[in-house]
Formats: sequence, structure tokens, C-alpha cells
Amino acid sequence: MKIRNLFSAIALGLTVAAAPATAADYIIDKEGQHAFVNFKISHLGYSWLYGTFRDFDGRFSFDATRPEVSSVRVTIRTASVDSNHAERDKHLRGSDFLNTGKHPEASFVSTGVTSTGEGSFDISGNLTLNGVTRPVTIAAKLLGEGADPWGGYRAGFEGSTRIALKDFAIAKDLGPASQEVELILSVEGVRQ
Amino acid sequence: MTQWRNSAERYGLVAIVLHWLVALTVFGLFGLGLWMVDLDYYDAWYRRGPALHKSVGLTLFAVLLLRVGWRRWSPPPLPPSTHTALERRAARVAHLLLYLLLFALACSGYLISTADGRPIPVFGLFEVPALPALVEDQEDVAGAIHEWLAWSLVALVAVHALAALKHHFIDRDATLRRMLGVARNPSRSSTEENRP
Repeated sequence: MKIRNLFSAIALGLTVAAAPATAADYIIDKEGQHAFVNFKISHLGYSWLYGTFRDFDGRFSFDATRPEVSSVRVTIRTASVDSNHAERDKHLRGSDFLNTGKHPEASFVSTGVTSTGEGSFDISGNLTLNGVTRPVTIAAKLLGEGADPWGGYRAGFEGSTRIALKDFAIAKDLGPASQEVELILSVEGVRQ
Repeated sequence: MTQWRNSAERYGLVAIVLHWLVALTVFGLFGLGLWMVDLDYYDAWYRRGPALHKSVGLTLFAVLLLRVGWRRWSPPPLPPSTHTALERRAARVAHLLLYLLLFALACSGYLISTADGRPIPVFGLFEVPALPALVEDQEDVAGAIHEWLAWSLVALVAVHALAALKHHFIDRDATLRRMLGVARNPSRSSTEENRP
């Protein structure tokens, strides 16, 4: 009885320890630019303003059969913010918004992944933005995976989360319709 | 008494009007610039302020070109002979720097707004087109330079004004009155030249 318990404990331990190794590692395809870190925020409550961070790096590990062993880590250079309007981008980089001089990097590091259905997941993790780190949950979907035409293997995901500007110490108040911004990660990874 | 052109001892009307016009505009732009960057998003002036700043700034650039052209065509009067050699030298350097700062300010301001290829509308009448971007993150670089230049200009203007007041109240010479167009005897020692 005792011995059986011990064995199952060891077996369980081995599975847990071995699990990360079975998930494949992917590097987010920045080289070919098949990855986007976008955001959208309401303008006055009348329309969406879209923007993007042009410069970031990231990697994830993923196993379709065992999504809970997956993980993701993305680092963003905040000064690369681009909303297709130089004056606004200058403002976004300044002290009213992202303080990119003081906080040049933002990051998301996952702490856990749970399956929420066929090809969809909740990725819990810590988002660091403007020097503030808070837990967020990204609702993500596997868009597709498979061999690419150049001898590699790729998997693509899209996920989004909503954050309140105030939670990340963003000083500027853009009005009642614009308290929250939606972050959208749409990335393709190349398996290593 | 009205003379348009500068003479050897007096400023003409054109130079005087241009000088004070530029002075007033520079102070207006400086105040407007400082004020507008801290406006609330919902302030009615949030868009109007920068638009006015840009329109006036570009117009000032044109006026500056006119002023420099006029200065070449009708050189300013000689410094009053009461000025020491050091004062003349300092004045020449300061005046040159004032012009350089004004032009650099106009250029840096232009480079902020045109960093992404957008033209600048001038009072809604016409647009000044953008040049291809010169540096990475041009709007940030030009913005920092613009702010730094603005404070430098205002500091130098303060020195310029203090120097004029010093000449007026301490040296009691015609330096300031010349630029006000009220100097009847431009400077004590040039009275000989002034005699008919």
C-alpha cells in the first residue's frame, strides 16, 4: 500500500517534471513580422482608436494535447508605440501615458494556462506596463498550426485582455468612455 | 521724421515694426506653447491651441525671412559710440544668436508636426508640406530640441532686454530709444554727424 503510494507519487512527479519538455518551444516570428501587439481604445465613445507596438520579442511553449503546460513571455519596447500619428505617438510616449523614458519595456509573463474549450485558453500572467505589474488574464485562441512551406513548423494565436489605464498608473484621463484599453496579441511562433 | 529705411544712426520704421512684432509674437508663442501642452483632452483649446501655435509659428518664420532680407538690404545703424568695444561685440553675438535660435525654433517645431509626413495647415488657408523624415523618432527628438531652444531663446531675450534697460537707465544712452523710434538725438557722441 505504502509502496504503491510512493510509486504513484513518483510517477506523478515524473509526469509533472517531464511535462514542460513535451511542449514544443516557439519563437514569435518577429523576423518575418507575423506578429502584432495591438491595442484599441474608444475615442470619446464614438469610435475605436487602434495602435500597435512595433518592437517586441517573445517566445511560447505549447502542446495542443496538454495546454496547461504551455507558457508565454513577451517583452515590448514601449517607445515603439505607433498610432499612425506622430504627434499623438509623442504624447503617448510622454509622462501623460507610457513614460517610455523611465519605463522602456513592458512585458507579459504567463503564470498558468487553462483550457476553456476546443483551441481556446485562458492565459493568466503578470503584465508589467508603465512600471506597474498586475495580474491579467488573456483569453486566447489557437488560430492554426502546421508545417510552413519553408521547412519549418508554425503555430498562431490571438488573445486579448482589457486593462484599466488607471491600474497601470497612466495619468491622463481620456474621459468616461476611454477608461479601459484592449490589448490584442496576435502572434505566429516558429517552432525551434 | 518718419523714415522707412535704417540710416547710419537711426532705425527706420520697417525695422522697428518688425522688431516689436517678432518680440510680441515670440512671447505669445512661448506662452501658448507652454499652456497648450498641459491642456485637458476635453478642453476646447486642446486642438485649437496647437493649430494656432503652428499657424502663427510658420507665419513668424516667413516674417523672419523678410526681416533678414530687410536687414541685408537696409543694414541696421551703427552701435551708439557710447558702447564699449566689449558691449558691441556682445551685442553682435547676442543678436546673431537670437536670429539663429528663432530659425532653429521654427525648424524644430516644423519637424515635430511633419514627422509622419503630415503637412501643416496655416490658418486653414494653405498647407506647408512635410519633408521626408530625417531621424528616427523625429517627433520626440525635435520636440525635446524645440522645448530646449524655446527656454534658451527666452533666457537670451531676458538678457537682451536687461541690456537695453541698462543702456537706458544706467548709461542713459539712446540704445532703447532708437528701437522705440523716439530717439531725437540718437546718441550723445554722434550729435556731430546728426547736425545738418
